[in-house]
Amino acid sequence: MSAPLFNALLELADDHLILGHRVSEWCGHAPLLEEDLAMPNMALDMIGAARSLYTYAGEIEGEGRDEDQLAYLRYDRDYKNCLLVERPNEDFAHTMLKQLYFAAFMHPYWEAALQSSDETVRGIAGKSVKEVAYHIRHAGEWVVRLGDGTEESAQRMQAAVTELHPYVEELFHMSADAQAAADTGALPDREAMRTQWTNTISNVFDQAKLTMPEVEYPQLGGRTGHHGEEMGHLLSDLQYMQRAYPNMSW
Amino acid sequence: MYSQGLIGADGATEETEEFLAKFQARIDREEKIEPNDAMPNGYRKTLVRQIGQHAHSEIVGMLPEGNWITRAPSLRRKAALLAKVQDEGGHGLYLYSAAETLGVTREQMTEELLSGKAKYSSIFNYPTPTWADIGTIGWLVDGAAIMNQIPLCRCSYGPYARAMIRVCKEESFHQRQGYEILISLCNGTEEQKQMAQDSINRWWWPSLMMFGPHDAESSHSEQSMKWKIKRFSNDELRQKFIDATVPQAEYLGLTVPDPELKWNPEKNGGKGGYDHGEIDWDEFWRVVKGHGKMNRDRIKDRKKAWDDGAWVREAALAHAEKRAARQTQHAAE
Repeated sequence: MSAPLFNALLELADDHLILGHRVSEWCGHAPLLEEDLAMPNMALDMIGAARSLYTYAGEIEGEGRDEDQLAYLRYDRDYKNCLLVERPNEDFAHTMLKQLYFAAFMHPYWEAALQSSDETVRGIAGKSVKEVAYHIRHAGEWVVRLGDGTEESAQRMQAAVTELHPYVEELFHMSADAQAAADTGALPDREAMRTQWTNTISNVFDQAKLTMPEVEYPQLGGRTGHHGEEMGHLLSDLQYMQRAYPNMSW
Repeated sequence: MYSQGLIGADGATEETEEFLAKFQARIDREEKIEPNDAMPNGYRKTLVRQIGQHAHSEIVGMLPEGNWITRAPSLRRKAALLAKVQDEGGHGLYLYSAAETLGVTREQMTEELLSGKAKYSSIFNYPTPTWADIGTIGWLVDGAAIMNQIPLCRCSYGPYARAMIRVCKEESFHQRQGYEILISLCNGTEEQKQMAQDSINRWWWPSLMMFGPHDAESSHSEQSMKWKIKRFSNDELRQKFIDATVPQAEYLGLTVPDPELKWNPEKNGGKGGYDHGEIDWDEFWRVVKGHGKMNRDRIKDRKKAWDDGAWVREAALAHAEKRAARQTQHAAE
């Protein structure tokens, strides 16, 4: 077993599962019917990527854990997602911005992963890179509409930027496991995505008339399992069936 | 999902005898009526109401199943449920579009839903307290919907009939995924079997109610049959559903909660069919009139989504106007 690659894959898988979970919370409650169709689509992409990543992580671990055991049956401190993805949906401005921030990171990440030394990672990257390009477009267009829409929408959009920007730094942060996986060429170096991320966001923000804040104190800790309070509630929902009815097939 | 067609529909017409006879002749020749064709006012109103009810049912129907997306017991089930609920939203979109061809807007229809003026299928006023309900809704509720909707693929109104072809394909998939959920439960532990039995106990009778009142009580059915909006009577479809579904319940090892259910070889012209107990019509009308367990919650949820989203829709419009103005200015320079 390759422990660093296993852990680094879990970081990625947890990011996708938890953000997919948040997006899925909108299903049936969106501001317009077209978004009631678009958001489950994005959630499906995220959960689909999580499934592939968990399955592969389980194979690498070699202890017989499948996607569901990894997704559902760990304690809160064992989830390694970055803090950005677990943030509550708040409103549509927060939700779209969070999606944009994450997708703007994952697009260059998956593009780089197309050159991975690991065949399975290359396969997952090939599928995900196309999906995430669409997420940038969809979320980016909404950020522009809301940023340059009405007075209220512009205020809400800028408030979302202020609220979520401190969580951006963690996207580029390399855990020891991520570093080890990058050293072998299996997964890309997160730090290398910074320029492309900034270009994507600057381009959207220019059109949206939003300003990018300086962050003095970034929020870190997700990769070591130091989550916020909301994470426990998310896991209560996510894990409910598996915890209440253990060891059953569904 | 399905709208409990024609509750309170008003098919009254005011046109001349000659116009009505010519229209009826087209219907009798099985010609499809298209949006720009002349049609009796009653035909148009009946369709607007029925397609609108149907669309609202799809949209409200996202809520009881959406209730389990974040708690689905496996990633595979979660993905399938997300896709299914998304399909229901897609059906709502087709159907609103089909209704719009008759001269009504989606916004008008939405306002009627939120004000309580427009109905949607009463089945969605029942709660989904357990995971098994996700299986049962797919199996029984979507199963009943298919029974109702297959004939609608031949409905005389073209846009509705064509929308129903795609809707039926997807509903058929939903029905199978629901049944597969129940197969897993019924092959599982005692707790899982009990969960499945409890669910069929709660959903069996409401599913039978989806076909609407008895033919004798269904006052506007006759006109709709004549206009070939409707092809089979409520009771005929209900009987077909029972006959198709009881063996499926037996295969699962579940008990249908009707002590009077009994095979009758003489039924259906000697082909055989099930005799069954009487539906609790008091409950049916109570829920139709807004007093089911979830009526208020469903509308409250829809209203909240609509109200909370108002600033988003306003911003999208404002942005589109700004862009258009900038383009005009740019072109003038």
